[in-house]
Amino acid sequence: MQANVKVVGDTKKSFLTGNEAVTWAALAAGAEMMFGYPITPQNEVMHYWTRLAPKYGRGFLQTEDEISAGFTVCGAVQAGTKAFTATAGPGNVLMQEPFGMAEAMRLPLFAVIQQRGGPSSGTVIYSQQEVALTTYGGNGEGHRIVYSTATHQEIYDYTIKGFNTAWKYRFPTFLLGDGYQAKMREPLEMYDPEERGIEIVPTYPLLGLEGHIGENREPQHLCNIYSLEEELYDVVLRFAEEYEKISPELIEYKENQCDDADIIILSHGVVSRAADDAVKALRAQGIKAGSFRPITLRPFPQAQLREAIAKSGAKKMLIAESAYGQLDRLTKQEIYGETIKIENLFKPGVGIIDYDIINKIKSML
Amino acid sequence: MITPAVPKSWYLPSKPHKFCPGCGHGIVLKALGETIDELEIQDKTIFGCDIGCSLLSWDFFACDSTQTHHGRTTPVMVGIKRARPELITIGYMGDGGGYSIGSQHLLNAAVRNENVTLILVNNTNYGMTGGQMAPTTLPGQKTETTPYGRDPELTGYPTRGPEFLTELTPEGAYIARATVSKYKQLRRFLRNALRNQMEGNGFSFVEVLSTCPTNWRTNAQQTWRFLEDEMEPYFPVGELKSPFGKGGDK
Amino acid sequence: MALVRIALAGEGGQGVQSVAEILAEAAYDEGKQTIYIPNFGLEQRGGVSIAFIQASDERIGAPKFNKADVVIALSERAVSRTATYSDSNTLYVYDSGFKVDEEDYPREYKQIIGLPALETANKELHPRVFNIIIMGAVIGLTNMVSFESAKNALENKLGHKFEKNPELRDLNFRALEMGKQMAEKSLQEGGAK
Repeated sequence: MQANVKVVGDTKKSFLTGNEAVTWAALAAGAEMMFGYPITPQNEVMHYWTRLAPKYGRGFLQTEDEISAGFTVCGAVQAGTKAFTATAGPGNVLMQEPFGMAEAMRLPLFAVIQQRGGPSSGTVIYSQQEVALTTYGGNGEGHRIVYSTATHQEIYDYTIKGFNTAWKYRFPTFLLGDGYQAKMREPLEMYDPEERGIEIVPTYPLLGLEGHIGENREPQHLCNIYSLEEELYDVVLRFAEEYEKISPELIEYKENQCDDADIIILSHGVVSRAADDAVKALRAQGIKAGSFRPITLRPFPQAQLREAIAKSGAKKMLIAESAYGQLDRLTKQEIYGETIKIENLFKPGVGIIDYDIINKIKSML
Repeated sequence: MITPAVPKSWYLPSKPHKFCPGCGHGIVLKALGETIDELEIQDKTIFGCDIGCSLLSWDFFACDSTQTHHGRTTPVMVGIKRARPELITIGYMGDGGGYSIGSQHLLNAAVRNENVTLILVNNTNYGMTGGQMAPTTLPGQKTETTPYGRDPELTGYPTRGPEFLTELTPEGAYIARATVSKYKQLRRFLRNALRNQMEGNGFSFVEVLSTCPTNWRTNAQQTWRFLEDEMEPYFPVGELKSPFGKGGDK
Repeated sequence: MALVRIALAGEGGQGVQSVAEILAEAAYDEGKQTIYIPNFGLEQRGGVSIAFIQASDERIGAPKFNKADVVIALSERAVSRTATYSDSNTLYVYDSGFKVDEEDYPREYKQIIGLPALETANKELHPRVFNIIIMGAVIGLTNMVSFESAKNALENKLGHKFEKNPELRDLNFRALEMGKQMAEKSLQEGGAK
């Protein structure tokens, strides 16, 4: 399949939904196959893909369920094809099985998660309740890379980056969006990666290699189950070591006016937009607020957050999220030992606006 | 010196194999190895195995091989085949993996006429996990979870996979049931199932009736008697659907 | 232009989302930062459909808002459904032909405006351009986009239909104009409940 066709041409400003941005970015990144199953709010990724993909010689299969969508991606990437899927909510739950296998077999799987309300079928609209599932779901150690986006520009940028990360490091990689980002329309710039000097990491097969077995190559035997405890132990420790080694290269975050902050607002994804607005409004009222946003939820920018706390001397931190403490728990385990007082603004399944954060901050002073 | 005939496509470092004495898997895998050799597809074969006893075949062949979760071999092979149609994909699973936990994958792959070859070994129980009832357990048969015998009133009747797959698949599909007790026929059905994929006709499926003396708790004679006298009457052997027609198989 | 927040609500099939999309396109074409979130809950299969639009010259923060600058209810049911988006800074707009129970009106508002949009559409134009009158009213109330930009956005969206039937173009542009005037007039009059 031809992956290096120019999809976008000249960089162009566009006004798109987030799902549309995912599709264009996946095409521009050279994705060759999508496997998917309908679930709101990611459906339009499939809708746009099925309209555009044939024009660029890319493939699609609507599978019988999310389990199958995840496992067909696992199969396709083993065959050396840049494949991906997109899902949400209960679909993300089902896909933990193939995501776990991708973790165990170090498959370059890339998936887009557009969070919806939970638990269970919840709402089809919006939440940040799939943080725990996406970062640490499955019966493993969370050796995954999770980018939490806040704007359509980031959806585009990190979809391209997500494929590259997956194929470079071979840890399953996720773009964690949400229903608002999926469905809303917002301006962004689309570009072909090479226009920005972004090198596309080449794909390669793990199975179906060139050559003749027994003459000039050995057969490949991939597996995810071991007879001995010690075998598995060695594998997991090796993964952990590699994951920790590459983490500094992967960690991304945004820090806004934390240098002299008395209070730090910690949030991720789309909520960070409200946090930044709140900082602006609070500063205008003489309240020294700053904001910190992990872009990678895995690996988490824990050293950077500790540093922001240390240099500011902030005594308080507000963790704001559209979930009931998922970012909160993630953060606390990462910055264990810090004595900064943490308060919360938990709004599971609903949006958070600057007004909510400003009010909460004022109540904390 | 007489060298035992070992298929070229077998991976010798993993031999002797890990199956129990009297288990039918070895016979199926020998027939499959000989078929791969005969069709000269070793270099482009992707062998994928399920969880369960079938997983012990993960390094059985000197072919590129992969191993998946319980029931998920079908979608993994579909993903590989869709990505690289020039490869020959063989999914290898047990009756639990195919007819129970992975049944929605099997059924939908059949409906879509996916161009993969699936081999399902039916030994009427979950062998690896210690002999529980499978979808194929015969009425009255004792297993760890039906200690008083399978009662169809409670758990239904055994699944006849090739029969329902025959109903689901379009023309071009190949559906057969073989048994380890008829080796030549088994070889012929496996050859047809692989030829069918190579010709791009579509979905190819062979259920193979097999033996499990360990969990059946049978000696050699009882094992063979259960296979031929109990299983084969309930699960009729033969080609149910074939693009090659009657006698079309070589 | 400072941030403008609009909530537009009506019954499925009334063209609420189309109008919102055209307005958002018009704002984007003017180089504004724009966010449009369709209400895509289960309600899209029956019930009140709401569109959330924000436009600004500056970067927009949270994609959704609690209180709007302008709320427009295009059906009687939409009045009670959208009252929550109104506060003391909100222009609350509905059709003057609606029968609305007293308790369904928003508790807080800057001004409640009843527009004779349905009647105008039915008697003077065509029932199908009711939503375009509303679109004109949004422009009259907010100056969110220029009249010219709105016309261009309409042309972009419906041009293929206008080509087949040029009278449609005239009908739509007249509806847009009448909606705008209607809204401006009611703002001047201070509105009456």
